[in-house]
Amino acid sequence: MDFDNSKPIYLQIVDFFYENILVKQWKEGARIPSVREVAMMVEVNPNTAIRAFNHLQDLEVIYNKRGIGYFVAEDGYAKVLDIKRKEFIEQNLPDVFKKMGLLGIGLEELKNAYNQHKNEKK
Amino acid sequence: MLQVKNLDFNYPNRGFVLRSVDLELKPGNIYGLFGKNGEGKSTLIKIMAGLLFPKSGICNLNHTQTKKRSPKTLQEIFLVPENFELPALPISTFEKINSSFYPNFSNEQFYGLLEEFQLHPSNKISTLSFGQKKKVLIAFGIATNTKILLMDEPTNGLDIPSKSQFRKVMASAVDKGQCIVVSTHQVRDLHSLINHVIILDNSKVIFDHPLEIISKNLWFGRATQDMGEVIYSEGPFGGRSILTRKNLDETEVDLELLFNGVLQETQNINQAIKK
Repeated sequence: MDFDNSKPIYLQIVDFFYENILVKQWKEGARIPSVREVAMMVEVNPNTAIRAFNHLQDLEVIYNKRGIGYFVAEDGYAKVLDIKRKEFIEQNLPDVFKKMGLLGIGLEELKNAYNQHKNEKK
Repeated sequence: MLQVKNLDFNYPNRGFVLRSVDLELKPGNIYGLFGKNGEGKSTLIKIMAGLLFPKSGICNLNHTQTKKRSPKTLQEIFLVPENFELPALPISTFEKINSSFYPNFSNEQFYGLLEEFQLHPSNKISTLSFGQKKKVLIAFGIATNTKILLMDEPTNGLDIPSKSQFRKVMASAVDKGQCIVVSTHQVRDLHSLINHVIILDNSKVIFDHPLEIISKNLWFGRATQDMGEVIYSEGPFGGRSILTRKNLDETEVDLELLFNGVLQETQNINQAIKK
């Protein structure tokens, strides 16, 4: 796995989990790889992987069945969606707004760009 | 598990290489041992392995001095040195002769690792390249399942895909309660594996902290103005800097930056962590 230097590795592993859940690679209620498997997959110290698992468990995105392994929570998808939306609105958007202010781009212009992007995709 | 206390060492007719070194190594960790060239990293590792004897002070594995070289201690230590000679034997013969010294040796693991490293048990060791020989030794070292695994520059000589294999193998090795010490210059090769940093400078241990504590107290990155107290910075105008973290978001520890910072601002960085 290619790590970005600015973010702690355990949070990057968390993002990797989110992505797998959002694209439904890991379905709700399904078993996910073990701490050791994840550590090997992304080539990190198992202690770092454990931190990612604990973080996700605290957020109730995954849960642990003793002796069996970790599973995506029944409402895991909705939880991740919620977390990622919040992150977008609280972290990504302010940056965009700041740049818009700096460059004098108004809402109207943004709307046009958005619609154009949408049409192109179709 | 491995305890170093007040240890001094010098080679004959030369100044001290190690001076009042104190360390306490615990299972379940991968320790990164860093230092400039000639600062005593390899010497310290050899003392841990019982190959060199301290001038004064002690180095104990589970309360027995490693310099006594008792079989009970030695069967729990394996060293992958930076330079080594291996006998001109097929790999499988080498394994049969040497594995009997290590009670927890796993055949399955050894031959599994060989396969991962694309080596065949019938290969004669003398016909292998340096990197391949190193892989034999790394695979053997991991398969011994000793309590202490010492590795001096393990990624030297490994090609790019092997480095990744090496990391995978190491990631799976620690959670069995092993204690691994890796000395290296190739910070990038191993930074995602190490969870405790030890830095040697001027024959002393000047830094000894778990990564978790480091990232709790220090912030790494390109600082913008008024972000806070800069402890160390490389180059003007938003070069990479180390700050006291306070309310800043947690960042990944930049080992290279930390190493340079600790060499320059030893006291300030240690103080910021102790707070």
